[in-house]
Amino acid sequence: MPVKGTITVDENLCKACELCMDACPQAVIALSLEKITPRGYHPAHLFKDGCTGCGICAIICPEAAITVYREPIKKAESA
Amino acid sequence: MTTANLEEMKVVYQRPESLLDVNTHYCPGCTHGIAHRLVAEVLDEMGLRERTIGVASVGCSVFAYNYFNFDFVQAPHGRAPAMATGIKRVRPENIVLTYQGDGDMISIGTGEIVAAAARGENITVIFINNANFGMTGGQMAPTTLPGMKTTSSPNGRDVETMGYPIRASEMIATLDGASYVVRRSLHDPKNIRLAKKAIRYAFETQVRGLGFSMVELLSTCPSNWKMNPLESIQWLEEKMVPYYPLNDFKIHPALAELKF
Amino acid sequence: MTRELWEGNQAMAEACVRAGLKAYFGYPITPQTEILEYMSARMPELGRAFLQAESELGAINMVYGAACAGVRVMSSTSSPGTSLMMEGLSYIAGTEVPMLLVDVMRGGPGLGNIAASQGDYNQIVHGGGHGDYHPIVLAPASIQEAVDLLVNFFDIVEKYLAIGILLVDGSLGQMMEPVEMPPMHPLFKEIPPYAVSGAKGRERRFLSSIDLDPYEEEKTNLRLLQRWQAIEKNEVRFKDYYMADARFAVVGFGSAGRIALSAVRSARAEGIPVGLIRPISLSPFPSQVLLDAAKKLDGMLVVEMNSGMMLSDVQLAVKNNLPVEFYGRVGGVTPFPDEVLGEIRNLAKGPLNNDGLARERWLKKLEKLAQ
Repeated sequence: MPVKGTITVDENLCKACELCMDACPQAVIALSLEKITPRGYHPAHLFKDGCTGCGICAIICPEAAITVYREPIKKAESA
Repeated sequence: MTTANLEEMKVVYQRPESLLDVNTHYCPGCTHGIAHRLVAEVLDEMGLRERTIGVASVGCSVFAYNYFNFDFVQAPHGRAPAMATGIKRVRPENIVLTYQGDGDMISIGTGEIVAAAARGENITVIFINNANFGMTGGQMAPTTLPGMKTTSSPNGRDVETMGYPIRASEMIATLDGASYVVRRSLHDPKNIRLAKKAIRYAFETQVRGLGFSMVELLSTCPSNWKMNPLESIQWLEEKMVPYYPLNDFKIHPALAELKF
Repeated sequence: MTRELWEGNQAMAEACVRAGLKAYFGYPITPQTEILEYMSARMPELGRAFLQAESELGAINMVYGAACAGVRVMSSTSSPGTSLMMEGLSYIAGTEVPMLLVDVMRGGPGLGNIAASQGDYNQIVHGGGHGDYHPIVLAPASIQEAVDLLVNFFDIVEKYLAIGILLVDGSLGQMMEPVEMPPMHPLFKEIPPYAVSGAKGRERRFLSSIDLDPYEEEKTNLRLLQRWQAIEKNEVRFKDYYMADARFAVVGFGSAGRIALSAVRSARAEGIPVGLIRPISLSPFPSQVLLDAAKKLDGMLVVEMNSGMMLSDVQLAVKNNLPVEFYGRVGGVTPFPDEVLGEIRNLAKGPLNNDGLARERWLKKLEKLAQ
């Protein structure tokens, strides 16, 4: 089972450059077209399940706007 | 979409402490932001924030002092290595870095950077190479590629009349005083990871008193290249990396054993 | 303390060392290279910072960095190098950090020569670098005076967060005179409240000369101007000789003033009631002193080793209240006392013109002299 992860994007910082969208291996990031940030951008957000918390979006984000979370891996139960 | 329960999750990445929680004026997709972030991450990881004094240069990053959470001064165009020298010579226990663009460092600043490297000044230079003078609107710079159109080379850079680009890392690495000189790129996550490692080595050079360190970071300038951020990183990979090869030009032997 | 024979440049360097200089950054240029050379041995001897920069551009920016780091720092140069430092000086003024510069003037403009002159007056006294700022400019006429001024200069520039410039000419840098050196002052350990030193246990600081909002920049300028007003009130320095019963006064600074003193003494011996007013602070200019003196005089003679740069300031100071004549040599030529004596005799003989055309009259004389 793939690791479950999620991200939060600071809408005060995101400039909708789309680099995270392009970099995401799971293709689960898109610009949120219904929202406009105080600076006038459509911020990036997860638009479907599948985020693994790999952190590649945060590596490429020029604004350091992304915080990446991962579910802690549960230890396998002993047989 | 299922909503995640953030309290139960492990934070894998968050904004570094050495960056102030403010908006930057950089264009969307500008790799200055990535470079700032990497410098901040490395300083955090090395616990150097309270010891660091940054020297901002003149260019798009002139306001770098508004974005980093440590002591900063602002240098005239091209003079950052000299200012950094003045600071490091009187405060040798501080970590001193300059953050310079290609116009600043290699056009007006050639004298200062060569002298600082030749002297083996124990400072760290973060060199942002995006092949133009960005802040003033995209004029030709010493690193502008042959044939590249800019606002002061509207018909493309003609090497016959305008000369050839300067490969700064190769040039500076020839100086005996230079201890760590490498070129990396910021065009994709893999290269960004390698760039961060290089920045780490550069600061280790300074912390260990091994001499002059410089990391050249091939960067984008979407606004002046007249491209969107994604096109810019593609152009960077296709056009700039071949001309400015990613390589290690100088590595002090004492650094070779370090592993991160 | 005993008096020893010192070369001017070396004496000035040692005086700064004794005043607690922490860092020196310079570049070779005649006729002040001895300062650089002296410092290259003395500073490391005391464990202090010394560096020969790649150029005057490098030097002034190293000074800028060290000044931001909160230590006593200086550079020295000569006229062509001073021109290169103008950018840095403006930045330092705009950032409001203190520093010291010794300018040993030589013949110009351009590369000129290595002879003594006072041709940097305008560029130094009236700011020089771009923008509205005033450095504090002191002009000694002897090596002892230079040493005495330098010993306290750091205290002054730190008090006002100003740039201090000691303006001398090549001859003062090169000559040798008996000097009594001050005692050695220890280095200052305290970090000034504005300085960058690593943000440990405090809010981080940044020092910049940028104020993108013009209204903010105007406030910075106002701050500089208010401090300048205090400097004008408190830091005027001058010396006068034989002025009690004088009807004429020669006005000259530095070596020109010293040469004029010889001429004034000779003139007195001939019975001419002439005195000398020697400004020591050129910035702030002793305008009130000259205005007060003008009320009791029939005429003034300004003597300089340039084409009448201080002359304009003297004319402004006396507000047309009396005739002001001018004598100078340019291009690195030093006048002899008897040349000045001849001019004093002319002044005393008259007739005197209060027409402001002193420079034109002098130029005609120079055409004959320079042949």
